[in-house]
Amino acid sequence: MQGKGPAVCVGADIDTDLVIAGRYLRTKDHSIWVAHVFEDLDPSLASRMNGAVIVAGKNFGCGSSREQAAIAIREAGVVAVVAPSFARIFFRNAINVGLPLIEGILSCTEGNLVTFDLAEGWVEAEGNKYTIRPLSPRMREILAAGGLVNYWRTSR
Amino acid sequence: MGTLSERILNGTAGEYVDRAVDRAYVHDGTGVLTLEAWESMGERRLQDAAHLHVLFDHIVPANNSTTAALQHELREFARSSFLHFSDIGGGICHQIMSEGIVLPGEVVVGADSHSCTLGAFGAFATGVGATDMAAIWMTGETWFRVPESIGMHLSGIFTGAAEAKDLALTYVSKLGMDGANYQALEFIGEGTAKLLMDDRLTLCNLAVETGAKAGMFYADEVTMQYLATAGHTVKSQEPEPCRYVRDLDFDLSDIVPVIAVSPRVDNVKPVHDLAGLPLDQVFVGTCTNGRYADLARFARIVKGRNVAVRTIVVPASRSVLQEALRTGVLADLVEAGCTIGTPGCGPCLGAHMGVLGEGEVCLSTANRNFKNRMGVGGEIYLSSVSTAAASALEGEITEPEVA
Repeated sequence: MQGKGPAVCVGADIDTDLVIAGRYLRTKDHSIWVAHVFEDLDPSLASRMNGAVIVAGKNFGCGSSREQAAIAIREAGVVAVVAPSFARIFFRNAINVGLPLIEGILSCTEGNLVTFDLAEGWVEAEGNKYTIRPLSPRMREILAAGGLVNYWRTSR
Repeated sequence: MGTLSERILNGTAGEYVDRAVDRAYVHDGTGVLTLEAWESMGERRLQDAAHLHVLFDHIVPANNSTTAALQHELREFARSSFLHFSDIGGGICHQIMSEGIVLPGEVVVGADSHSCTLGAFGAFATGVGATDMAAIWMTGETWFRVPESIGMHLSGIFTGAAEAKDLALTYVSKLGMDGANYQALEFIGEGTAKLLMDDRLTLCNLAVETGAKAGMFYADEVTMQYLATAGHTVKSQEPEPCRYVRDLDFDLSDIVPVIAVSPRVDNVKPVHDLAGLPLDQVFVGTCTNGRYADLARFARIVKGRNVAVRTIVVPASRSVLQEALRTGVLADLVEAGCTIGTPGCGPCLGAHMGVLGEGEVCLSTANRNFKNRMGVGGEIYLSSVSTAAASALEGEITEPEVA
């Protein structure tokens, strides 16, 4: 799986309340989550998500298990999230909804192109190429299927 | 041989395993997404409804017709599919699962990050997302990476006004918000023996605030006695030689009352340093500190006086409320001017009642003080029940007195 997009830089320890606030959770309408994604972190972020690669600090997605956070980021058109580490429930959720996560340390300059190849295991930004910590075989299968729902629909 | 996680999951730290789950539960928030994902998976098969629970706690009663309609759909599904169902007013999912349902040695998953609370019973209990839960509904199992464990060695007893919550915030501060990411916390040592089940639940509850997958106590006399009152005869679990990736020592007698300062749970300071900070609201409750012992402790401090700031008390479950009613604790709280909410999560997640206005400050006994969590522009400080009670009486952050 390959991809690329302009970097959107965010900090460390971004919790899922900041990704999508509790006040927007009670709906099945994904467009509401897309409209308010990252609102409490920076209201201008939502408009820059489509086609972007989020480059975050450590422990991205900590806090609440709300899967709406991963869905909101995916539905907003984010290509992948790169971070040195992810909180574990968010990690599973993202893969389960087909949002690629890249565990790696990347310097981030807003808008600079980030490219990656999950199969080959690298991510590149500003001329520097980094090795990605690989996903487990099961997670690779789930991601390749486009998420856990499709994994069960198609592979079983 | 091995850590408690390794023994329950029957694997070695770092290994990926598929395991049947003994108990799986969702609440009104995550249940809606779980049902949607489960329906999308196509088979519409439930592996074992007798082990599946749906418990309404997050927005109870419903705050508007959209929420009500979502809850209606999930309620009808739970009933028609014969899942265990707890409607509004029953209480917080983790609390109800702790009232004689979860047993030592079980593998427990909840679609909520604070499912780690139930490790207090010597169970392997962890939070999962909605789609993972949907697959668990369908297959009865899921995959785990057997975690490495951190040995949390406890010694001594609490002295002064410190309580389990102060130790919990202290260890979060020591580990940091990702200090135990992908790992489990094992509470061991002679200091554990004197901790009641309420204390253990509070200590395990905060594990996820360090990124931990689980927080666990070995089942012992305390566990056996607690579960005996619920009609269960269980065996104790003896620690075996094992390898911890890290060891931390806590002498309970060194713990002092502390507060986690907005907006980070690991930003912990002695209450003393913050004394005098004006408050707009005090909130007592949640899966961290909404149990009967918490309400009783709060009532003991405020009894016969009046709170000086709006104070919301939300019992963690109907059983807690009933006990508070029976013993007079509820009357003491109401007479002191506290507002009592429906058993459930209350204002913790900022989705309905009790939210904060711009610039308001709340002292809460909950587990998260993230930016804007209880309302845009509001600040959350986290403390023990005793600190919350002393502060409610003064209307500002106040050191608790020694009981």
